[in-house]
Amino acid sequence: MNRTTGNRTKGEHELERYAALWEEARAIRGTSLGRDAWRRLRRQRAAMASLVALCVVTVLALITPLLPLQPPRRVDSDRIFMPPTFSRPAALDLDKLDADFGRKDLDLVSRALLDARLALFGGWSLPSICGTDELGRDLFSRLFWGARVSLAVGVVATLVSLVIGVSYGATAGYLGGRIDNFMMRLVDILYSVPFICVVILLVSILSEDSIRTWLESWHIDRITIFYLVVGAIYWLTMSRVVRGQIISLKNEQFVEAARTIGASQRRIIFFHLVPNVLSVVIVYLTLTIPSVMLFEAFLSFLGLGVQAPDVSWGLLVNQGFNVITPIKIYWWLVVFPGLALALTLYALNFLGDGLRDALDPRLKNR
Amino acid sequence: MIAFLLRRFMWFVITVWAVQSLSFFLVRLAPGGPFTQERNVPLHVELAQRAKLNLDVPLYEQYFGYFGKLFRFDLGISDRQPDFTVNEIIAAGFPVSASLGVLALLFAVALGLAAGIVSAVFRGRGWDVSIMAAATLGIAVPSFVVASVVIILFVFVWPLFPAAGWGEPANLVLPAFCLGAPYAAYIARLSRTGMLEVLSQDYIRTAYAKGLSTRAVVLRHALRGALLPVFSFLGPAVAGILTGSLVIEKIFAIPGLGVHLLNAALQRDFTLMLGMVLVYTTVLYSMNTLVDLSYRILDPRVELT
Repeated sequence: MNRTTGNRTKGEHELERYAALWEEARAIRGTSLGRDAWRRLRRQRAAMASLVALCVVTVLALITPLLPLQPPRRVDSDRIFMPPTFSRPAALDLDKLDADFGRKDLDLVSRALLDARLALFGGWSLPSICGTDELGRDLFSRLFWGARVSLAVGVVATLVSLVIGVSYGATAGYLGGRIDNFMMRLVDILYSVPFICVVILLVSILSEDSIRTWLESWHIDRITIFYLVVGAIYWLTMSRVVRGQIISLKNEQFVEAARTIGASQRRIIFFHLVPNVLSVVIVYLTLTIPSVMLFEAFLSFLGLGVQAPDVSWGLLVNQGFNVITPIKIYWWLVVFPGLALALTLYALNFLGDGLRDALDPRLKNR
Repeated sequence: MIAFLLRRFMWFVITVWAVQSLSFFLVRLAPGGPFTQERNVPLHVELAQRAKLNLDVPLYEQYFGYFGKLFRFDLGISDRQPDFTVNEIIAAGFPVSASLGVLALLFAVALGLAAGIVSAVFRGRGWDVSIMAAATLGIAVPSFVVASVVIILFVFVWPLFPAAGWGEPANLVLPAFCLGAPYAAYIARLSRTGMLEVLSQDYIRTAYAKGLSTRAVVLRHALRGALLPVFSFLGPAVAGILTGSLVIEKIFAIPGLGVHLLNAALQRDFTLMLGMVLVYTTVLYSMNTLVDLSYRILDPRVELT
């Protein structure tokens, strides 16, 4: 009897101890890499401000058709080269609405947003607070519509480069040996290719009339080509970075474990290895977006990128620059698009730096 | 060293061959060309011109013909400006672009290094913060925006410099500034990081301990180590300046290579285009090789591969 009670108390003690341990363990939260990085990122004011600003710009660009802006393509000979003003613009001309907004070029969501805007605000629109251009079009509205193109090029082209770069680098790094050697040699060669020439060559060939109509029959427009071409260029550094990371990871035990249970090579690369290099990839991504946007602006400025009636920030700066004369300086046509471009790129750079600091394992828990 | 250069040369030949072949077939297989124009030329004129440009033979013969001439450094005759050979156009444009590029690079290195060193030495103080903010701004603002604003300010509002043109030293100031500014910003950031890393090393403490002045320590002991990341950036910087000079040359109406490249693309002057691609590849490749060599000279531990 005594013995059994003793045993029971011992068992109960054990149980209690486990319960206490369990309580203690439950109170401790493991921090994931992501949460840890987020905590560190939140402490950096500049990076957080950039993040907020970028979110605002993105949301505004997404809902541009809903905003009470003047039509971006409305030509008005009475309002040519108007400096920034707060005077009320003419009400929307409901008959010419489709042409003024380029409605047939819009996708379904944007059309729905545009209809919602007309229902909400009617013919009312914001004044030309950034002035008007040589055809009397409202610059403020064109800045918003241009943001859609500029941001989309930046994001989509970067994603294209991400897919190519990560798969290429991961494959090379994981397979190793002769294949790796060959693949990286190819990257070395591509590094010495003057891409500006290749892009100019490609764009000028693809904008040949017969090819353009052929592509349009496949619903591929110039901007899509642009995404692909630019994305196909910016993957080189990404693939090098990813390869280096994969090489350092591929002999870890979790890879061996995956191999033991019979995972295929593709599965190991894309489900086990790639998620582990994501932090490096994210940092590099935030630094690629600005350079891609810069490249787009650069080509549009040269007249080889986005073309009218589409607008992008680079194209707007170009149009502003083309009307500079010694007699009259239409500064607003250069300054506002330039400012929009510069501030967005500035924010992206700051965010990239902040993310790099936040995700750098050497700074962990500091 | 010799083996390294030979190996590099072999890869250079392979690269040039690959790039030129790709461009060649892109150009030749593309519809349209020098003769699809608004103006109809008589048939015999077109045939004569085709013969002159070697376009009347099968594609593979054109290909071998092109590479055969390439071996003799003959790039053919411009499709659009039949009075000039591509060699002549390049010979006219190259010195202009080269002097602009070199000037911009010198400016970028001088300003960037000075800013980076000052910023690292005064770490965390007002100088450092303002220089780094300016550097980030310099990286973010595209060169053509800088150029547009600078033209408005210093040509029209306050006429210090001529708007465009080539030939006088005053013509060079604004273009070189606009072209070099982003790279100065990058170099400032790189040299600051490198400098900070070096300044925390033991041998710097030793140098201070034996009584050297800050200036001597920074300039003689720390600078060398801080230069490494800057030098490895020079390869991409040269590539970027090459590309960037396209837009700057266009803005300031400078008759350099970039303008010819752009015109070749816009007017579909494909022979000239191929020649330009060759020049750009060569410059880019030799600069990358030079940078690798200089890296080795600065840091003897680096292996050349």
